[in-house]
Amino acid sequence: MSKQMTGAKMVVQALKDQGVEVVFGYPGGAVLPIYDELFLQNDIRHILVRHEQGAVHMAEGYARSTGKPGVALVTSGPGATNAVTGLTDALMDSIPIVVLTGQVPTFMIGTDGFQEADTVGITRPCTKMNWLVKDTAKLSDTIHQAFHVATHGRPGPVLIDIPKDVQFATADYVPAEKAKISHYQPRTEGDRDQIARLVELIESAERPVFYTGGGVINSGPRASQLLRELVAETNFPITSTLMGLGSYPASGKNWIGMLGMHGLYEANLAMHGCDVMINIGARFDDRITGRIKDFSPRSKKAHIDIDPSSINKVIRVDVPIVGDVTKVLEEVLRQWRARGSKTDQRGLSQWWKQIDEWRAVKCLAYKNSTTTIKPQYALERLEALTKGMDRYICTEVGQHQMWAAQFLGFEDPNRWMTSGGLGTMGYGLPASIGVQIAHPDALVINVAGEASWLMNMQEMGTAMQFRAPVKQFILNNERLGMVRQWQELLHGERYSSSWSESLPDFVKLAEAFGCKGIKCDDPKDLDDAIMEMIRYDGPVIFDCLVEKHENCFPMIPSGKPHNEMLLSADAEAFRSGAVLV
Amino acid sequence: MSALNIKKGSTSHSAYDLRSANSEVEASHTLAVIVENEPGVLARVIGLFSGRGYNIDSLTVAEVDHTGHRSRITIVTRGTPAVIDQIEAQLKRMVPVHEVQDLTAEGPSVQRELALVKVKGKGDHRIEALRLAEIFRANVVDSTLESFVFEMTGTPEKIDAFADLMRPLGLVEIARTGVAGLKRGA
Ligand SMILES: Cc1ncc(C[n+]2csc(CCOP(=O)(O)OP(=O)(O)O)c2C)c(N)n1
Ligand SMILES: [Mg+2]
Repeated sequence: MSKQMTGAKMVVQALKDQGVEVVFGYPGGAVLPIYDELFLQNDIRHILVRHEQGAVHMAEGYARSTGKPGVALVTSGPGATNAVTGLTDALMDSIPIVVLTGQVPTFMIGTDGFQEADTVGITRPCTKMNWLVKDTAKLSDTIHQAFHVATHGRPGPVLIDIPKDVQFATADYVPAEKAKISHYQPRTEGDRDQIARLVELIESAERPVFYTGGGVINSGPRASQLLRELVAETNFPITSTLMGLGSYPASGKNWIGMLGMHGLYEANLAMHGCDVMINIGARFDDRITGRIKDFSPRSKKAHIDIDPSSINKVIRVDVPIVGDVTKVLEEVLRQWRARGSKTDQRGLSQWWKQIDEWRAVKCLAYKNSTTTIKPQYALERLEALTKGMDRYICTEVGQHQMWAAQFLGFEDPNRWMTSGGLGTMGYGLPASIGVQIAHPDALVINVAGEASWLMNMQEMGTAMQFRAPVKQFILNNERLGMVRQWQELLHGERYSSSWSESLPDFVKLAEAFGCKGIKCDDPKDLDDAIMEMIRYDGPVIFDCLVEKHENCFPMIPSGKPHNEMLLSADAEAFRSGAVLV
Repeated sequence: MSALNIKKGSTSHSAYDLRSANSEVEASHTLAVIVENEPGVLARVIGLFSGRGYNIDSLTVAEVDHTGHRSRITIVTRGTPAVIDQIEAQLKRMVPVHEVQDLTAEGPSVQRELALVKVKGKGDHRIEALRLAEIFRANVVDSTLESFVFEMTGTPEKIDAFADLMRPLGLVEIARTGVAGLKRGA
């Protein structure tokens, strides 16, 4: 039984059939028929953003915190081009989002019509797949396909460009279950023989390490559950990339902290010195590997990834396993348990002794102050005062992001939403709104730098309008701090354009938006101020004035191996006696 | 080592590791890529090559299954074994790509290219061009009193060789299709 309807109605019907509850968007001429249909129904909520980049980051925040695809709707031309940064961000971090763009009518395409842009051309390299739909009869089928593609295999952003005449014309609606999705079915089961080789490595490893990434989170909550079982039963140490935080709890006893450029000393040295590295859903990013030639030189490496092109892309591995993390870990556990759950206990206890020595370096040590708020201290207090709450953290990009990763603890997946691969300043505020829309009663905090935050601050209007009580915790160092740090360490202290001049008064800015502003510059007042932020029923802009010249350590300069890590002077003091591998 | 031990203003530190990790030798590979024949697919495949810095030495494309809407793209590329593996993996994960064959790596294959070669000349040059064309099994598909257009098929190397010989004899223009290839055997 087929139903005739207009293309615009099809869009809304297809979104409903896909279980979409909320769309982040911004109207314009080329999408007005769709906005008309949204107006006539109550099942799908539309969140009116202030800038299309915001819409896409909100869709990302929604997706990252729920595991469900996020949806954004924007108009042709400038609406579509404004979406490009968000699409690229989602591509780099493998986030499932579906972006619908309006387009000039089919008969005008190619004539440089008003607000015409070659949207599928522009977005081809920043989408997993995109479609220009020129025939209403193909529209609903394409939307269903788009959801399938966004959420299967390695997740990613997809875009559907819909000319205005296609929205007006009528055709038969194709329901989701009849859509043509059959040919895109990426492999999810890992090869059993390769898994058997991995199990042997687990059994014989003397100095193993689990190196986990965003793939564990993308695979769903069951993957984190299985990972926890595997870690608990093997007693292997586990580290994670920025993207994977929360898949194993920060309070877990085998947790050795985040690795990478600003990762923990013990995590990076464990990666460097291990004899068996088990990569689960991470991609050997250059912020992780440092100099390729010297990356973990003595280890056998296994790599579990759903994307075959991630395997052997930068680091050659000994045991490649293409598959979904959940399915592969199930099989790893099944085989390993069936063979008696063996590990090299002697080797392991030696290894843990070594790791404990590295831990004793206390690489996150910093010199606190009684007069100035240290950014690390602000995050320690934020952590202490919000621990155990139903809490979601977003960040912007910069030093504050790295400190947040170092000083906040994540107990569960989907609780930490940060722009990892693209490093998009301006991501955090809109992302936090997307998270809050998905979790209306949760405490959603965006740990921000003042410079990043300004990039999309217009979205405070969205937060106000839709009563999203997001807390904007701005670590205000009046600097493009991460840039300043590189300039200090690597460019001869020439601070070229890394100051935040002419900053707004954030408290007045909050008032102008109609929300609450809090300013704090004294460590003694910090706890009360943070509590005031948490208790306030509505959006808050928290201007936390912090030390301006703090550097983020540890740090592995690009192109350096893991064992050439820079430590803070305070951590350095602990190191006397510790030996580098 | 502390932060302050870095030489100030040193240029050996960059935001990226600028050294190439790969020193293996490059080889030419012919890839056959079977894709869904929809708009934008060719652009997506070519965009992969330009976006990731892979080489394209030649490229042919045509729909080969009209009812199934399948096109076959044949790409000749160059790279180290690791790069070729990566190209293959990157192609395979594309949504509209059904199949990728490395004709160079996966056993024997036939690879052919078609060329049209225009040669202008009189007298001895003209006779010599015709004689060589016969040896190369090239057909004359157009002739005037002072020119020929030869049509020939063969491996790219054979066409190169023919063109090299024709050059001193008055080669003025050449059109080549790029390589099409199939695996040998059933
Ligand atoms: C859109 C964008 N432009 C430029 C950069 C380069 N960049 C990385 S961090 C940074 C400074 C960020 O400053 P701020 O948000 O105040 O954070 P801080 O480092 O001071 O904590 C810049 C400019 C970027 N990541 N994203
Ligand atoms: Mg700053």
